[in-house]
Amino acid sequence: MTRISLTVDGARVSDDVEPRMLLVQYLRERLGKTGTVIGCDTSNCGACTVHLNGTSVKSCNVLAVQADGAEVTTIEGLATDGQLHPVQEAFRECHGLQCGFCTPGMIMQSVDLLNDNPKPTEEEIRLGLEGNLCRCTGYHNIVRAVQHASGQGVTS
Amino acid sequence: MTATQERPADAVEKEIGRDRRRKEDQRLITGRTRWTDNITLPGMLHLAMVRSPFAHAKIVSIDTSAAKQSTNVVDVLTGADLGESLGVNINAWPITPDQVTPNHSPMPSDRVAFAGEIVAVVVARTAAEARDAAELVDVEYDELPAALDLKRSAADEVLAHPDLGTNKSAYWVFDSGEAGTGGSVEDAIAKARTDGIVLEREYRQQRLIPAFMEPRSTVVDPTGEQITMWSATQIPHILRFALAATTGVPESKIRVIAPDVGGGFGGKLQTTPEEWITWAVARRLGKPAKYTETRSESLMAGHHGRDQWQRLTLAAEKDGTVTGFKVDLLADLGAYVSLVGGGVPVLGAFMFNSIYKFPAYRFAVQTVLTNKTWTDAYRGAGRPEATYAIERMMDELAAEVGVDPLEIREKNWIKHEEFPFTTVAGLEYDSGNYEAATARAKEMLGYDELRAEQRRRRESGDPVQLGIGVSTFTEMCGLAPSRVLGQLDYGAGGWEHASVRMLATGKVEVVTGTSAHGQGHETAFSQIVADRLGVAFEDVEVLHGDTQVAPKGMDTYGSRSLVVGGEAMVRAADKVIEKAKPIAAHLLEASVDDLEFSGGRFSVRGTDQGMAIGEVALATFAAHNLPDGVEASLDSDATFDPVAFNFPHGTHLCAMEVDTETGALKMRKYVCCDDIGNIINPLIVSGQVHGGLVQGIAQALWEEAVYDDSGTLVSGSFVDYLLPTAADTISFEIDHTTSPCTTNTLGTKGVGEAGTIASTPAVVNAVVDAVRHLGINDIQMPCTPERVWRAINGAGAGGSTEGAAMPHFESGGATGNQEQPGTSSTEGAGS
Repeated sequence: MTRISLTVDGARVSDDVEPRMLLVQYLRERLGKTGTVIGCDTSNCGACTVHLNGTSVKSCNVLAVQADGAEVTTIEGLATDGQLHPVQEAFRECHGLQCGFCTPGMIMQSVDLLNDNPKPTEEEIRLGLEGNLCRCTGYHNIVRAVQHASGQGVTS
Repeated sequence: MTATQERPADAVEKEIGRDRRRKEDQRLITGRTRWTDNITLPGMLHLAMVRSPFAHAKIVSIDTSAAKQSTNVVDVLTGADLGESLGVNINAWPITPDQVTPNHSPMPSDRVAFAGEIVAVVVARTAAEARDAAELVDVEYDELPAALDLKRSAADEVLAHPDLGTNKSAYWVFDSGEAGTGGSVEDAIAKARTDGIVLEREYRQQRLIPAFMEPRSTVVDPTGEQITMWSATQIPHILRFALAATTGVPESKIRVIAPDVGGGFGGKLQTTPEEWITWAVARRLGKPAKYTETRSESLMAGHHGRDQWQRLTLAAEKDGTVTGFKVDLLADLGAYVSLVGGGVPVLGAFMFNSIYKFPAYRFAVQTVLTNKTWTDAYRGAGRPEATYAIERMMDELAAEVGVDPLEIREKNWIKHEEFPFTTVAGLEYDSGNYEAATARAKEMLGYDELRAEQRRRRESGDPVQLGIGVSTFTEMCGLAPSRVLGQLDYGAGGWEHASVRMLATGKVEVVTGTSAHGQGHETAFSQIVADRLGVAFEDVEVLHGDTQVAPKGMDTYGSRSLVVGGEAMVRAADKVIEKAKPIAAHLLEASVDDLEFSGGRFSVRGTDQGMAIGEVALATFAAHNLPDGVEASLDSDATFDPVAFNFPHGTHLCAMEVDTETGALKMRKYVCCDDIGNIINPLIVSGQVHGGLVQGIAQALWEEAVYDDSGTLVSGSFVDYLLPTAADTISFEIDHTTSPCTTNTLGTKGVGEAGTIASTPAVVNAVVDAVRHLGINDIQMPCTPERVWRAINGAGAGGSTEGAAMPHFESGGATGNQEQPGTSSTEGAGS
């Protein structure tokens, strides 16, 4: 067991973890942060995407011990003071989700994408979300949501 | 009483037709979700499955001793340990009385029939410890020859279940000559051979994996008076029935909950070995138990879809008027006959004639057992296969006659003034307008301009050629009329149930027996009830997915929730109004005959007297002043059983660029105009169409479940199974024409499967159209660049993707146009 201390969604937490424990398992099983989900076992689907020190990571691809001392933001910590993040709002506005399982990861990745590139083209959005799989939407309205959140005009 | 006007009809926008944002989304975008895997109960145990690596083997012995010694392991159990408490996994649709159906134990103790089948279960305090210990279970197998290839399995070369003596499960036929719905197809073909056109083709429907994003998960809590199962399922009600029917627990002692469910697409229309094992373990140990599959397990052992060979014979006059269509299918069931099983191809049996006026039609399917993962419903279930076959054939016919693909379709389709129209398959199509949808789609695509560009590229010998693909699809959906299902030997009915409860505070609870997993029922159903009762959208709460809350239902699949479940809701709401009427009349001191109900308000004709339905609800709750003999409740139930399927249709057009030097494909544009009758929520409809399109496009271009020659699924992870990403896909242009359905009150038709059903042939037709002038009339799905390149370079339909390790078909042994490269002609069969 290894002792780790980190900040998750603004709260300081500290636990003994097995060295093999993944960050996503730590979030879900130890902290009850079940908003972050597991969709695959090969780091392809991106459903578990969170921010580690302000940058998106697939939390199935990070060991909990690697997050020692870090600041982690999950989908549950994205809204502030009861106000939805503009990307969350945009996903609802543009119907960018259906079953909602990929949504936490998709939103966290979209936030990261817009942090890097506040006015992306459609192609840049599509490439920027390539690591996140969605089976419901066909991506059309997810792309619209990111365009909407970026303040750019949304085509139909 | 008061004359308040809470919601005057003329001042309030109708809910139906509005692009309401979804009620579901607030929770889902903030991570406040209740997926089954999120559930943790006190003392809950975790399961890990030990699965067979062999496609077919005798189980010689299972040594669990080392696993049992592993840290925090509670028990390790085999099929022999659990015995009859395991129950069985049932087939609900024996398509013929003599169907050969292997017994399906959730955990067999003697023999495994596919790679991934469960042979032991480890129970531990944590999931990680269970998985660690599963590695220590030592199973000795005696490997048996495996039935893998569909055609060879149909010939009984190797038996998937030796004790059954055959792999042939059922042979099901519809013949219009015998049914009296049309002529003899053999006569039509014979005549066409002398003075018409006969086209014979063979197409492959590759095996697909539903690949919903939420892996399946089950939690069972046996500690209460009722045993509760949470499961990531589309079918909580059917699941409850099947548990009761097969495990000896009375139905009244079982509660099934489908909490948030992350997609299904038919893949969660199943009763699974994993659910049954979790049930048995929790009952045996008396503790809550959870099993959540890994993605690799999901791809390997969750049911697959499609997997057919289609032999097609189309007879026509020289001018392109079709005179007969004959369909012979081989359908791969996999190792067991699943819940719907052979019913999947049968759901396509009435659809190969599609929108056309064929005078003669025959459909036959042979379902075949193999040593691969079982197959069952995947989005569209039978109807994508049918649509693919006929829409490819109509393009072939157009090429043969030498006319535009849309012209040949128009020559044969049902004209809008001919509805209602009884088809050669015996179904009555109530409404539609193929001309209007096609005209709109052509306009959206810029059809004529793209045809002109195609000509230019051909004439200039451009290495990048352009193809335009057409799919003028229809489907039957809204499963289903119970009588028809009964005639087809399905084990249950197709009704749907709804309750409307009027709360004293003016809120309305609506209970539906459908079970959403991404469709947005809470939003769309709220819109329907808000309009019907004249209450606020926000005041309607839709409850579903828990057999204790929604005790009756047939669940969600087959594009049925709105057209069957929504209609039940309309009828329940209408009953509420009828029950409220005498109470309102009594309170208003008026005659019932003088009351009218509009915009949520009962008013007395010719006066300004009236009251809102919420006021009636409150007065009914108080029950201080009700008419004599009237019960103190407005709550109402309705069970609706439709008299017919409904028949959405549409025209889908796809423009593909094909690089003839590399085989690379680029989708240039995709447009569709779907006629789904009246639309409740256009935003939700757009989502259903977009998502459906990509699943159908993915079949055409990317996805395939591939087995190696020992029966191992080699596309068993998201590294290998090619789910499209945002970067692979494009934005779509969609629109609608409206021919309201005439068999339900709201005039709605299903939309959940339409995109998937329509898009696959549109894409493949576009790819073939781009290279047809090079002598190509077929490319096997998925149309990978490699297959396209091979086809261009003279190797037929592009061959299999299994590679040299596994010749999928006997070299030169089979006939057909979709063959191994180098073993068949460039033109394929029969052309």
